[in-house]
Amino acid sequence: MTAIDAPIAALPPATAGMPAYVRTASAPSLAPPLLSVGWLGWARANLFGSALSTVLTVLIVVLLVLVVPPVIDFLLVDATWSGSDREACLASAARPEVGACWAFIGDRFAYIIYGSYPIPARWRVDLFFALLAFGTAWLLWLEAPRRGLGAIYFFAVLPVATFVLLHGAPAIGLPVVDTALWGGMLVTIVVAAVGIVVSLPIGIVLALGRRSQMPAIRLLSTLFIEIVRGVPLITVLFMASVMLPLFLPETWSPDKLVRALVGVALFSSAYMAEVVRAGLQSMPRGQYDAAHALGLGYWQTLRYIILPQALKVTIPNIVNSYIALFKDTTLVFFVGIFDFLKTIEVARADPKWSTPVTSATGYIFAALVYFVFCYAMSRYAARIERRLAVSDRR
Amino acid sequence: MPRSPQGVPRVPLYRDPKLRAVAYQVVLCAALGLLAWAAVRNAADNLAHAKITSGFGFWNVTAGFDISQTLIEYSAQSSTFGRAFWVGLTNTLLVAGLGIIFATLLGTAIGIARLSKNFLVERLASGYVELIRNVPVLLQLLFWYNAVLKALPDFANGFVLPGGVLLNNRGLYMPRPLGVDGWHVVAVLAAAALLGYAFNKLAGRSAGVWRSSAARFPITLLIVIGAPVVALLAMGAPLEFDYPQAGRFNVRGGVEVLPELVALLFGLVIYTAAFIAEVVRAGLMSVSRGQAEAAEALGLRRMQILRLIVIPQAMRVIIPPLTNQYLNLTKNSSLAVAIGYPDLVQIFTGTVLNITGQAIEVVVITMAVYLSFSLITSLVMNAYNARVALVER
Repeated sequence: MTAIDAPIAALPPATAGMPAYVRTASAPSLAPPLLSVGWLGWARANLFGSALSTVLTVLIVVLLVLVVPPVIDFLLVDATWSGSDREACLASAARPEVGACWAFIGDRFAYIIYGSYPIPARWRVDLFFALLAFGTAWLLWLEAPRRGLGAIYFFAVLPVATFVLLHGAPAIGLPVVDTALWGGMLVTIVVAAVGIVVSLPIGIVLALGRRSQMPAIRLLSTLFIEIVRGVPLITVLFMASVMLPLFLPETWSPDKLVRALVGVALFSSAYMAEVVRAGLQSMPRGQYDAAHALGLGYWQTLRYIILPQALKVTIPNIVNSYIALFKDTTLVFFVGIFDFLKTIEVARADPKWSTPVTSATGYIFAALVYFVFCYAMSRYAARIERRLAVSDRR
Repeated sequence: MPRSPQGVPRVPLYRDPKLRAVAYQVVLCAALGLLAWAAVRNAADNLAHAKITSGFGFWNVTAGFDISQTLIEYSAQSSTFGRAFWVGLTNTLLVAGLGIIFATLLGTAIGIARLSKNFLVERLASGYVELIRNVPVLLQLLFWYNAVLKALPDFANGFVLPGGVLLNNRGLYMPRPLGVDGWHVVAVLAAAALLGYAFNKLAGRSAGVWRSSAARFPITLLIVIGAPVVALLAMGAPLEFDYPQAGRFNVRGGVEVLPELVALLFGLVIYTAAFIAEVVRAGLMSVSRGQAEAAEALGLRRMQILRLIVIPQAMRVIIPPLTNQYLNLTKNSSLAVAIGYPDLVQIFTGTVLNITGQAIEVVVITMAVYLSFSLITSLVMNAYNARVALVER
C-alpha cells in the first residue's frame, strides 16, 4: 500500500492556485469486496463460478455426503479387527451391520506375504526384501553417494544374491526351496524385479537394433517389438508356459515360475524398447555429429554421449513402464503362479473365513497395496520430471 | 602397417565398417537360424513323445463343449472347434465394441471434468484417474465380478431398475422388443448413421443455405435419430416388449446379459476411461489459448468455439493415443478368462487347447488374431495421420 501512496505523498504541497476540491492527500484504500478475497472469494471463483458450476457443486456435495460416511463405516467403524475365524465377521442380532473383516487379513497375512515358503526359512525372504529395499533406495535417491556402485549392486550382485537366498544353495548350508512353494508378495516382487532388471538392458539393445543401419538387425528388432506389443500379455504367458517346454529338450523342462518370468521379461522388454527409442530419438543429430568429429566410435558415442543423456530424459517414462509392469505381474495368476493377487483369491475362498464381506475385504486390501506401490512410483516419476524441467531451464 | 598407393594407412579388413556390418548380420541370422532349427527339432521330438499330431486338422473336429454365450449359431453336438473359434471371436468383438463406446463417453466426460474451473469437479475427476490407473485391471475385474455382482441378491429379491430391467446375481435382464431381430437393429442403426454421414458430406459441398454448420448439425442429428424411428413405425408400431419376469426357479423372458459380461464391461470401461480421460485432457490442453481467444474476439459463442475451433485441433492430438487405448481395451478383454466370460482366449486358448493339446497351433492362431487387430488399426491410423497432418508452409 505504501508503494502506491508514496509518489502521491511526495508531491509538493497544494499551492494557492489549485482548486480546493482537488485532493492533495490520498484517500485511505478500501478493503477489497468481501466476496472476492479470502475463503469466500475462493469459493465464489472455484465452487459457484457459474450456474452449471453451482449445480455441480451441490450435486457432488450431496454425493459425498451419501457415499463417504457409509464407506468410512464399512472400512473402520463397523470393521472387525480381531478374531480367529469367520464367526467374528458374521452379522448377528447384537451386531446387525458388519464392516470389513480385517481380522481375515491379519490371520492370513503370513500366507499373503510368503505363500507356502517353509516357515523356518522365511528369514531368507525377509533378508531378500531388506537387500532389495536397500538397492532400490540407493538407486532412487539421486544424491546418494557412489550411485555407479549402486547400479552394479542392483543389476549384478542382487540377482545372484536373490537366487542363492530364495532358491537356496546346499553348498553353503541353505536347503533348496522349490519354487512351487513360493507365493504371495514374494512372487509378485520377484516377478516385478526380474522384469525391471532384465527389461532395461534388453530394451536398450532392441531400441538400438531398431535404429540400426543394418537391415537384418533392424527388421528382426522391429518384428520382435511389434509382435509382442500387438498381442495381450496373457497370450505371451501362455506361449511361455505351454510352448516353451515344447521347444526345449525334454530333460530341461524349466519350472513354472521360470517360464512365467521368461514371458514377463520378453513382454516388458518390447515395451521398454519403445520407451528407450523415444529417448534416443529426442537426441539432436548434432550430438552424434560432434561425437563423430571427436573420433568416437559407435559404442563409445553411445556409452559416453548418447545413452547418458537419452536415458536421463527417459527416466519418467521408464518408471511409468515399471508401473505398468508391476500391475501386469498380476497376470502370472493365469499360468498357475501364486502371486499376491492369487493368494488373496485363495485365502478369500477358504471356508474358514467364508463370510459375505470376505471377498470385498480381500480385494480392498489388495487394491490398497497395489495403489501404494504404483502411486509412489508415479509420484517419483513426476518429481524427476520436474527436476529435469528445472535443469533444462538453465 | 601396410599402406595404400596414396600413402594413406590402409584400414585393416576387420575394421571396415561395411564388412563388419555384413559379418554381424550373418552371425546374428545364423545364430537365430540355429536356435529355430533346434527348437523345431525339439518340438517334433516332444510332440512325437506326447503322441500329438501337429497341424490344423482339429479345426473340423466336433467340439463337444457348451458355451454360455453365443452370438452365432453353435451347439456342442454338431459344431466344430473352428466354429467355437468364431463364437469366441464374436464375443471378444462384442465386449470390445461395447467397451470402446462406453469408455469413450465416460473418459471424455472425466477428461473435460479434469479441466473444470470447479474445484470439486476437478478434484473428483483427478482422484478417479489416480485411483483407477494405479490398481491392476485384473483386480478390478475380480472385484466387480466376485465382490459386487456375485454379492447381489438372488433373482427373487433382485433389483428392478426403471424400464423393467432386472439386476440380480444371475445377470442383467432387459426387455426384449417382440418381432425384432438383433441384427435388424444393428442394420437399421448402421444405415441411419450412413445416411446422416452422407447428408453431412453433401451439404458441406453444396453452396446453398444448408452449408452453414448451424443448419447442418441439427438436420444430421434428426436423420440419425429419426430414420430408425421411421423404420420402427413402418414395421408396425406400437412396439411390444417381452418383459423379464422373476419366476420361481429362474428369470423368464427378456434379453439375458451374462453377469460375466456385465462385470467385464464394468471393469474394462472404468479402467480404460481413466486413460482416455488423460488423453482427452492432454489433447484439449494442446490447443493454445490464443485460438480460443481469437475465436471469442470474432464473436463465436462458447459452444461454437469448442465445436469449431478447439475440438477439431485437439482431435489431431487425441486420435492416435485414443486408438492405442482402444487396442489396449481389446487386448485387456482377454482377462475375461479370470471371470469365465467366453471370449476368444477363454474358449480357444483355454478350452480348445486343453481338449486338443495343440498348443502351438492354438497359441499362434490367437496371437495372429490380436496381431491383425493391431495391424489393421495401425494401417488406418497411418492413413488418418497422413490426412490430418499439419500442412507445413
